[in-house]
Amino acid sequence: MAINWFKYSAPSTFYGLAGKLIPWFAWPAGLLFVAGLYIGFFVAPTDAIQSEAYRIIFIHVPASILSMFLYLILAGYAALGLIFKTRLSSMMASALAPTGALFAFISLWTGALWGKPMWGAWWVWDARLTSELILLFLYLGFIALQASIEDPRRADKASALLAIVGSVNVPIIYYSVQWWNTLHQGATIKMTGTSMHVAMQQGMFMVLAACWLYAIAVALTRVRSIILEREANTQWVKELQEVKQ
Amino acid sequence: MTMSEFFYMNGYAFYVWGSYGVTLLVLLIEIAMVRHRRQLALRQLRLMNESGDE
Repeated sequence: MAINWFKYSAPSTFYGLAGKLIPWFAWPAGLLFVAGLYIGFFVAPTDAIQSEAYRIIFIHVPASILSMFLYLILAGYAALGLIFKTRLSSMMASALAPTGALFAFISLWTGALWGKPMWGAWWVWDARLTSELILLFLYLGFIALQASIEDPRRADKASALLAIVGSVNVPIIYYSVQWWNTLHQGATIKMTGTSMHVAMQQGMFMVLAACWLYAIAVALTRVRSIILEREANTQWVKELQEVKQ
Repeated sequence: MTMSEFFYMNGYAFYVWGSYGVTLLVLLIEIAMVRHRRQLALRQLRLMNESGDE
């Protein structure tokens, strides 16, 4: 049985599939958030040096990881849409941008609130912090560029170019702590494992999983709206159950 | 560990709850916005359908 991948790349079939999938991502996301934060606050021990302030890690690290990965995925979809002219790919890129921007903002915000007690400063022009700020501006630039062009096709093309060019910034963020002498600490989670306490790891990885599930659920919901907006005058949209009521 | 001790976060309450509070707020706002966008799209389509049927 050959899987016909292209069947789901058509907006109409994808719209139905996404609709069924959303709850399967949304509810587990909520549960994992609660469970992960429970472990983070009640099971994980106090840190020897930072005492309780370190507990910000359970949202700061997942949000930062998401902000980087979501941008690469966004750039990937944008490239697909550019190369193959597949409208749904460009719609997915547009659907990911706001969520990615929010995670970049959360990463910067929680980082500042962690930096103030530990470094004594809300903000430092440090390589890691500055490149993450550039990431936030790239997200906002993508959204603004999309919104500023009337014709969806041209908007997708222009914003795709920005997204692809901007993706060089993500490796810079990741390696910034090794390339430059940064105030921000180096990578704690390496392929060879991590030096973190086991409960700290569990808490953080559960919140990370929750963030992934949340991002997927929100992006799928948003892409369905984009599909409805862009395919408004197609027959299949007119006959949609939720439209005919 | 009493409730108040927990929320005190050994003096870091502002920073810890400032981080989690804003994060929760931001996520809730995004969920509200995404749902709102869907309602708008559907309402728009229904209007188009009605005007089309005349």
